[in-house]
Amino acid sequence: MPYLELRHVSKAYDAGRSGARTEVLADVCLGVERGEFVAIVGYSGAGKTTLLSIMAGLMQADAGEVLIDGRAVTEPGHDRGIVFQNYSLLPWLTAYGNVRLGVDQVCRDWPEERRRERAEQYLAMVNLTAARDKRPGELSGGMRQRVALARALAMDPAVLLMDEPLSALDALTRATLQDEIERIWERDRKTVVLITNDVDEGILLADRIVPLSAGPRAHLGPSIVVDLPRPRDRKALNRDPRFKEIRREVIDYLLASARAASPSATRSERPDTTPDVPAARDARDTREVRDVREVMEVGA
Amino acid sequence: MIAMTINLKSAATRVGLALLPIAGMACVLMIWSVSSRTWSTELPSPAKTWEVSKPFIVEPFAKRGELDQGILRFTWYSLVLVAKGYAIALLIGTPLGFLLGLSTLFRRSVDPIIQILRPVSPLAWLPLGLVLFQNAKPAALFTIAICAMWPTVLNTAMGVRAIPQDYLNVARVLKLSPATRFFKILLPATLPYMFTGFRLSLGIAWLVIVAVEMLTGAPGVGGFLWQEYNSLIYEHIIVCILTIGIVGFVLDRAMSAVELRLKAI
Repeated sequence: MPYLELRHVSKAYDAGRSGARTEVLADVCLGVERGEFVAIVGYSGAGKTTLLSIMAGLMQADAGEVLIDGRAVTEPGHDRGIVFQNYSLLPWLTAYGNVRLGVDQVCRDWPEERRRERAEQYLAMVNLTAARDKRPGELSGGMRQRVALARALAMDPAVLLMDEPLSALDALTRATLQDEIERIWERDRKTVVLITNDVDEGILLADRIVPLSAGPRAHLGPSIVVDLPRPRDRKALNRDPRFKEIRREVIDYLLASARAASPSATRSERPDTTPDVPAARDARDTREVRDVREVMEVGA
Repeated sequence: MIAMTINLKSAATRVGLALLPIAGMACVLMIWSVSSRTWSTELPSPAKTWEVSKPFIVEPFAKRGELDQGILRFTWYSLVLVAKGYAIALLIGTPLGFLLGLSTLFRRSVDPIIQILRPVSPLAWLPLGLVLFQNAKPAALFTIAICAMWPTVLNTAMGVRAIPQDYLNVARVLKLSPATRFFKILLPATLPYMFTGFRLSLGIAWLVIVAVEMLTGAPGVGGFLWQEYNSLIYEHIIVCILTIGIVGFVLDRAMSAVELRLKAI
């Protein structure tokens, strides 16, 4: 049984005055094994953050459920560590203070000394010991994200959820942090779900890459196993034919879903006919059925 | 050569800029002087004002009699009263502001009341205070508190509502206890707004104290002002006005300095 499982998750937002509901996610299914690194790749605005919020417990799905180790997820918990796109560091606390905040929540019974050590340990893991007493305002974007990562990891979560953690950084810093994330993941081999809009990043870091179709009514496409050997060298990958193949597959799917989504702008206004037995309305729908089955098979 | 010209120019600009406030004050003195000689003959001239007020200003801490003290002594009495009333305003206003910001239910029920009470002048509150407390001192504190409270309440509420959702998400994700959430997130995030409210409240408190002292005859700058008016020593009225203005200015500056330091975080 998958460690983290999403079963037929759907979510819709009420669109203010017009009253029309925008279905952001429709029938999202995903299975993540323990210790697996899964990357979800998709367009901006497709519903990636919504998906992660539901996994984190910050939001409730309208239909379907999220399970971790068999237990349903209804609210945030310490078993899920989250790294947000906007760092979400508290600007009045130092880097140490921010990590310590996380540690204090999880290690309530520990003596002060042990907690301090733990916070320092995780700061060292992200190479920020020198910046320990600096406030987020004095840190670069890359350093801030490292603090956020340290905070999330210091709580020793069962699952690490990352919502486009590197999107707000420049390309060079991004590359550096990607390498750090891989290095850190290799240590503990946590279960990780990375949400990103960069296909290359997903292939570089993940064991499996799952595309999220373009919204509205986004769902997960066929997941592709990244059978490239680790550690992955960024420069060598550029010449690797398998890398290019995976990349092409993912991008093809994403582009096709975008093309399919745009002419049907009225799709969200049609009555919701998402049945458990989908009728084959057109070629795309047939692929939907196949995709779901594939994902379930891989995750089982 | 050019560098020298530029230096001279900037030096001249700086001197010019420093002279502007002095020029402004000189204008006012002139208008005052002319007015006292022409259309308002009861108004004492600047020269006369200085002459008559000298004992109060030159010996600001003297105490010659209950109602005959140095100007800074009077100021001190006023400040003490303001401090007490202001403290009450903050102690009541800040929690009220937090409640307003955090609870929509509370805001909907209490906001209309606040909007109605806010525009009421201290001169209207004082009689009510006297009725409630039957004594001038608590009535004065009541009046200061209830008039000075509103900027603190409203700015604190606004500050709470302005807290970025990111920080609240952090609280949810880390599963912070309500107390930790308050002290580590809500309070530091709202502090800059709170201090804007504190600064505005202090300004109002200082305004109110003068009115209250005039009406209750309590010793202080306002009390002295009213008493001197009744004694027909108009020069002292002007000195009081100047004192009130300068003290108010200094208080505001002090609070601004704190506020700026907090906003820099």
